[in-house]
Amino acid sequence: MTFATSLKCRECARTYEPGPLYFCEWCFGPLEVAYDYDRIAEVVSRESIEKGPPSLWRYSDLLPVSRSATVDLGAGLTPLIKADRLADELGLTDLWIKNDTLNPTNSFKDRPVTVALSKAVEFGFETVACASTGNLANSVAAHAAHAGLDSYVFVPHDIEPAKIVAAAVLGNVVEVEGNYDDVNRLCVELHDTYEWGFANINLRPYYAEGSKTIAFETAEQLGWRLPDHVIVPVASGALLTKVKKGFDELVQVDLVPEDRQVRISGAQAEGCSPVAVAFENGSEDIRPQKPDTIAKSLAIGDPADGYYALRAVRKSGGAVAAVTDEETIDAIRLLARTEGIFTEPAGGVTIATLVKLAAQGIVDPSERVVAYVTGHGLKTPEVVNAQALARVPANVAGFQEVLGEKE
Amino acid sequence: MSAIVKIPTSLRGLTGGSSEVEVPAGPLDEVITSLTDTYPDLGERLLDDAGNLRRFVNVFVADDDIRFLDGLETAVSSGQVVTILPAVAGG
Repeated sequence: MTFATSLKCRECARTYEPGPLYFCEWCFGPLEVAYDYDRIAEVVSRESIEKGPPSLWRYSDLLPVSRSATVDLGAGLTPLIKADRLADELGLTDLWIKNDTLNPTNSFKDRPVTVALSKAVEFGFETVACASTGNLANSVAAHAAHAGLDSYVFVPHDIEPAKIVAAAVLGNVVEVEGNYDDVNRLCVELHDTYEWGFANINLRPYYAEGSKTIAFETAEQLGWRLPDHVIVPVASGALLTKVKKGFDELVQVDLVPEDRQVRISGAQAEGCSPVAVAFENGSEDIRPQKPDTIAKSLAIGDPADGYYALRAVRKSGGAVAAVTDEETIDAIRLLARTEGIFTEPAGGVTIATLVKLAAQGIVDPSERVVAYVTGHGLKTPEVVNAQALARVPANVAGFQEVLGEKE
Repeated sequence: MSAIVKIPTSLRGLTGGSSEVEVPAGPLDEVITSLTDTYPDLGERLLDDAGNLRRFVNVFVADDDIRFLDGLETAVSSGQVVTILPAVAGG
């Protein structure tokens, strides 16, 4: 069973029966899943969650899907690593990395997709689709294959080759001549014609709920305590917005003892920084941009939830910063060499933003900080110029000739 | 000398079922005024009390977002297609 009661417009509060709807027909505002939190608080407990499966479905009481009706490849419950060596580099004392590269398709997108495709099956869709910068395409194609659904995943024509391969082996990839925002517009128009379940269009209210689970896991893995500050990459802004909703819900249903705001800071690439620019300008108006960055998974120039992400950051006392491609690559190497985690540029942007905010004192050295690393480096090997140290003949003398004798 | 406005499915109840509406070409704000003069209920959905486009409405002229063009002053020429879409999608 699920405790989701309706879809509710975030702007005008009109409610709708649960269905494949995503915007308010009155004011065009986004629809969001509403729950009966009083009933959830009666049934959910730390013990009930800990007895659940080793995946994000342990939080099914706080998701809009019954646990018995899921399309599940095992998304979630990824490692939370204490990052002492990186903390030392940055002058921090209590830093953690949520390694979401270790999801079934190696990005955090498996969180929203397992929820979205579970709803697609419930609603009777036989074909699913999405507008993606690559990671979502991979995840939708994988979950669709597992559920026996057809999939069409739409991506900009110039994304990283490994992301095309990973999605194309699983489903049907359509390369679109344009950037992500063009892909998104095309898919919104196609959705009017094709009766498909688009994960991030007509299934979007459910899809986005899946991202809350990264906040739930963070608290559970810290021993049911809230962190002080989290660093979240911002593309559409949906992840950041749902991280806030996730922490708020934990307080609301009494799963954590504290009632306080987790500071939430956003990370963007300078080449696609509409939310960071609005934050810097003290504006609520997100001006769209034409993206130009190596962080292609964050290259959304017109972020659907930018407005709400900005509000969440401001309300929580966080910040939004933007970093260069060079800083991003340096941060990929820094994370790899200090903590053994290889991330794609989105994670590099997150770590580079952490570096920047720590240097500015916006991240305080005494805070318990969690950085969300959301996609695997093997998806984008071309961005780091990493090569073998040496090539040697297969004998000891040959090795010593190249690298010197042991002293 | 008309432009074509494409109406999303969810709003077609307000245009008598029409998926496309022909209006005189001209600046976008006049195109929208022509549209909402013909279908006043549609105006209430697209525009806020001050007459501005609602925050979560995106408008495209020939597939380009008007925020990269001249906004409501964007010239819409004869035969061009104006598309109205909900903004909260994707990501």
